[in-house]
Amino acid sequence: MDLYELDVIRTAHSRTDLRFAPGEVPLSGGTWLFSEAQPDIRGMVDLTALGWEPITLGETTLGIAGTCTFAELAELTPPELRAAAPGSPFGHRGAVGGRAVGDQVAGGCVTGAGATGESTPSGNSTLGDPSIGRVLSAAIAPEAHPLFWQCATALLGSEKIWRFATVGGNIALSLAAAPMTALGAALDAEALIWTPDGGERRHPVASLVTGNHQNSLAHGEVLRSIEIPLSALTARSGFRRIALSPLGRSGTVVIARVDDSGEAVFTITAGTPRPRQFRFDEVPSARALRNTVLGIDEWFSDPHGAPDWRRAMSALLAEQLRIELGGAA
Amino acid sequence: MKFQLNGESVEAHPKPGEVLRTVLRDLHQFDVKMGCDAGDCGACTVLLNGNAVHSCLYPAHRLDGAEVTTVAGLGTAEHPHPVQQSFVDAAGYQCGFCTAGLIVTASTLPESADVDTPRLLKNNLCRCTGYRSIHDAICGVSNTEIAPVGDAAGRSVAAPAGMRIATGQEPYTLDFRTTGLLHLAVLGSPHAHARIRSIDTTAAEAIAGVRAVLTHFDSPATLFSTGRHEDRTDDPDDTLVLDAVLRFRGQRVAAIVADSIAIARRARDAIVVEYELIPAVFDPDAARSPGAPLVHPNKGAESRIAAPERNVLAQLHGEMGDVAAALAVADAVVTGTWQTQRINHAALETHSTRGWLDAAGRLVLRTSSQVPFLVRDELCHIFGLAPETVRVFTARVGGGFGGKQELLTEDLVTLAVLKTGKAVQYEFTREDEFTIAPPRHPMRITVTLGALSDGTLTAMHVDELSDTGAYGNHGIGVMFHSVNESISVYRCANKRVDAEAVYTNNLPSGAFRGYGLGQVIFAIESAMDDLARTLDIDPFELRRKNVIVPGDPMITTDAEETSDLLYGSYGLDQCLDLAQSALARPFSTPVPAEPSWAEGTGMALAMIATLPPRGHFADTTVELLASGDYEISVGTADFGSGSTTVHTQLVATRLNTTVDRIKVRQSDTDVTRYDTGAFGSAGVVVAGKALYAAAGKLAGAMLARAAELTAASLPDESLPDASLADAPPGASLPDALAGTPSAPDFDPASTDAGHLVAHGVRRGTRVTTAAELVASGALIADGSHNGTPRSVAFNVHAFRVAVDRATGEVQILQSIQAADAGTVLNPEQLRGQIEGGTAQAIGTALFEELILDGEGRVTTTTFRNYHVPQMADLPVTEVFFAETHDALGPLGAKSMSEAPYNPVAAALANAIRDAIGVRPFELPMSRDRLWRMLAKGTTDV
Repeated sequence: MDLYELDVIRTAHSRTDLRFAPGEVPLSGGTWLFSEAQPDIRGMVDLTALGWEPITLGETTLGIAGTCTFAELAELTPPELRAAAPGSPFGHRGAVGGRAVGDQVAGGCVTGAGATGESTPSGNSTLGDPSIGRVLSAAIAPEAHPLFWQCATALLGSEKIWRFATVGGNIALSLAAAPMTALGAALDAEALIWTPDGGERRHPVASLVTGNHQNSLAHGEVLRSIEIPLSALTARSGFRRIALSPLGRSGTVVIARVDDSGEAVFTITAGTPRPRQFRFDEVPSARALRNTVLGIDEWFSDPHGAPDWRRAMSALLAEQLRIELGGAA
Repeated sequence: MKFQLNGESVEAHPKPGEVLRTVLRDLHQFDVKMGCDAGDCGACTVLLNGNAVHSCLYPAHRLDGAEVTTVAGLGTAEHPHPVQQSFVDAAGYQCGFCTAGLIVTASTLPESADVDTPRLLKNNLCRCTGYRSIHDAICGVSNTEIAPVGDAAGRSVAAPAGMRIATGQEPYTLDFRTTGLLHLAVLGSPHAHARIRSIDTTAAEAIAGVRAVLTHFDSPATLFSTGRHEDRTDDPDDTLVLDAVLRFRGQRVAAIVADSIAIARRARDAIVVEYELIPAVFDPDAARSPGAPLVHPNKGAESRIAAPERNVLAQLHGEMGDVAAALAVADAVVTGTWQTQRINHAALETHSTRGWLDAAGRLVLRTSSQVPFLVRDELCHIFGLAPETVRVFTARVGGGFGGKQELLTEDLVTLAVLKTGKAVQYEFTREDEFTIAPPRHPMRITVTLGALSDGTLTAMHVDELSDTGAYGNHGIGVMFHSVNESISVYRCANKRVDAEAVYTNNLPSGAFRGYGLGQVIFAIESAMDDLARTLDIDPFELRRKNVIVPGDPMITTDAEETSDLLYGSYGLDQCLDLAQSALARPFSTPVPAEPSWAEGTGMALAMIATLPPRGHFADTTVELLASGDYEISVGTADFGSGSTTVHTQLVATRLNTTVDRIKVRQSDTDVTRYDTGAFGSAGVVVAGKALYAAAGKLAGAMLARAAELTAASLPDESLPDASLADAPPGASLPDALAGTPSAPDFDPASTDAGHLVAHGVRRGTRVTTAAELVASGALIADGSHNGTPRSVAFNVHAFRVAVDRATGEVQILQSIQAADAGTVLNPEQLRGQIEGGTAQAIGTALFEELILDGEGRVTTTTFRNYHVPQMADLPVTEVFFAETHDALGPLGAKSMSEAPYNPVAAALANAIRDAIGVRPFELPMSRDRLWRMLAKGTTDV
């Protein structure tokens, strides 16, 4: 919608343009900023012309730029691993007559990475730069790949939104159900933040978000990128999500990871106002995991699910992941 | 900046914060719609450099050098894009307001066979169709046909506007240019109940570009109701255009008229108001209790409020027989209390009006109304205007569902136009739709049923409490209707109704598809299901045993009541059989394998009168044009229900021509004498019947005129060959061919009155062309209908579901609806109405809920927080038609647009109950609610 209160939009071309006047905020995809009235915002600085490389592979980390779009991120998951994402497969073009539309909806509980049971080379990634796909396929365990797609499809918005919505914008908006917060937190990503004085600081994504629509970014700070340790990407992982409708906004998202060291990490978002993360030296017992999840003191409440249901669903989905990742039944 | 728009270079100078949609509409690219303005609905979708985008979200400052394609740029009526043609052929639209965005999005879907369509279309909402026909369009399935001459009724012909909709050429309410247009913004009340102590508009008026600030000092003193009916005394006079007392949050405090909406909104913030707070009440039961704050304490009998001293707008307390005595001796008694929620209409075109003074000084309003004549009459009443000085009309309306049977924008625009003398527009935002447009009445309904062991129903008691909100609107009519057909469909010796519609300081409730029946049927049919369980009788059998059959009186509680409701036809028995046998057939969708899933089936029925009581009038005309086309003039607004298509079918059939020859002028107080309006499903059975009569009269007049013209020349030896005679001078080939099907009837020796052919009248060997017929004077005939007597229509819905006891998730494995609509005039459209009604009702049953915070504040103000069903949420419904012929409707047809909604929530609740063993009493049956029902009693949560 038109933002009538806006006096200025300027496009940043270099870091020196990233000085923010009072009432001025960074603009990335704009898919949320332009979806609601913004009475407190007087100006915007468009980051999308800064030319940040969306995906960069370092020695030990995978860097995802703040301006990397959902569409670009989703491409990291090779097509053959995308079938496991929410909403697939149903309503295919061929399925006319009888029960064509929506009848095989798998619901909120979608199959996680482990459940696909497939280990497929990711050489057919369709990234703009094919070399990135090749490098990644060498560096990252294919089992981790579905998470990019799964988290991208956990966004309420469709692919029309994907083309503009960005990883940085999604985390900085900090809605409880933000899927990029889920991704970053679950993979122990660190946010690289440009500070107004020209410096930078780093902060774990998991604790950057402090509540629904709240985070520890100060005025004038810009989320430059998130950096995912490659070690987290080589871990086995699993993803579960439920919403009040098949493709609705997440009621809760649970992601589990078992590292080479045996450490098991469970991350809950959407069900809680801020990411909640639990680390176990090994895959925990059902009882230990359940007590831990049910012990969370604050559950999110909005039209997308009652807090008691989110709590129970988080425990249910966490247990499914525990079994999937090798826990004793 | 410059960019390419549909292949042409254009220049734009967007203001900071402006989005692409605004830029495009400012360039008069009206095929790009405003649906939600938030990236949720997809109505504004365009291609940007080849990719589908929400133009309402795209910041315009990025446009320089971009390539933008709208639906109009994809193709034209002459050269449509394949997807545009598919949507027309499949009838993949109803109101058509979402269609431009859907077609643009669909044009980008990959060709591959395994496209995940529901996910890719999840941000394209359609409120009308239920998506089956849209999916057909995407799959290239055709559902329409070209009807032969004189044989259009009963065939699935496409809507006349189909290709215009698909190519973005059909204008809606605000899709036209007006120079010097002013915009209106409203300052809404921040309080649920308050009196304006003082209001200072000087700062607002001083802002450049502000033309007027209207407050309660400018308001006419005439009380009225925003709800509109044929008889204005049906609804309570409790509302002012601008009132000094504010009774709900968001109620108009002031209206600002300015050069732009941006200026108007800035000026809104500059108005200084001092409020005196008044205690408020939000719970309808508390509102009618002693000591509650009164919402309309000072309104007298002339307002027609049943009991303002206890906030009761309307009440019905009636009994026949002795319910208590019958319950005391019944073999089985079931009882329960059901709660329904507020539902938003979510028509994709918001309420809007543009008004101006024409050259003659008449007030002209173009509005998104279902009832232009009723709006005109009420504006005349409020403002003291003569009817001939006011013209109200509609273009195509982007969805109604009852929500536009309400005067919500027209009165303020009238006030603003009269005050400024300028053209003024008032367009609801999507947030306005959620916060101040009247939703479906929430109701609490207690039902008690008694029966003998053989299933004979012996006692029914229905106790209803309806929250009408701060104003009465449709509250009276909805309450009375809600306990009518829902109860009278059952033969039962002892019945009691206690119903009250109560004022609160919540937003006002209003008319919505089914007009109260859906709520009460949810309760009664749930109770009937419990009764069937208690008696161990099949639920279909229990209905068969107790429903009325022709000959039975239709009684709520007053056996003496006289009514114009008749059995014009009866197909409830067929509907029960059709639904039951469909449910018994093997089904293909498996129940999920995990042990937490449970399967169940359920059904419910609904009866509805074919149109509203106490008069519904339509005056229509049909005129023969020299071209051989016919022009019909009818008051019915077209908002996608299909009435207009059926009108052309009825007239084409009666005049032995083709539907493409029927030109429609409609929904304009200047075009016809009168039409009560497009509500209560009256489009076919009232206006359609009137048109059919007019067409019959015209046919007679044409034959008489032909007889006059040919009397002198018969027999005409100059035209010995009949096939040549069929081709008038200059006729195109299809015209000549179109005439031939009637040739077998031709008897050259006959000297009778002749008969109609596609381009005139054939009498003997001689064809008198339309041009010849009208040369000696216009041929125009009128037809009217007064809407009485009325018939009844029936619907039965059945579901097979799987429910996950662990999460509360419901999967619909099978959805079946059988409908008794009399003669089916357009099978594809009728199917679309049933699917659309079912889709809305599944939304009601599983997802939708307008949430208030307990202090009158609506907290669900966007589509992302109010879940209108997406393609992924809905099953394909199997639709069956009973074979009946109605004695009252045109060609035996009955109405069928509200009715399909009514039985669905109860049928789904009964199936869920069957699956999980616990009865849902509250809508929506969302996953969290069902999970909580199941979790209750277990210790672990």
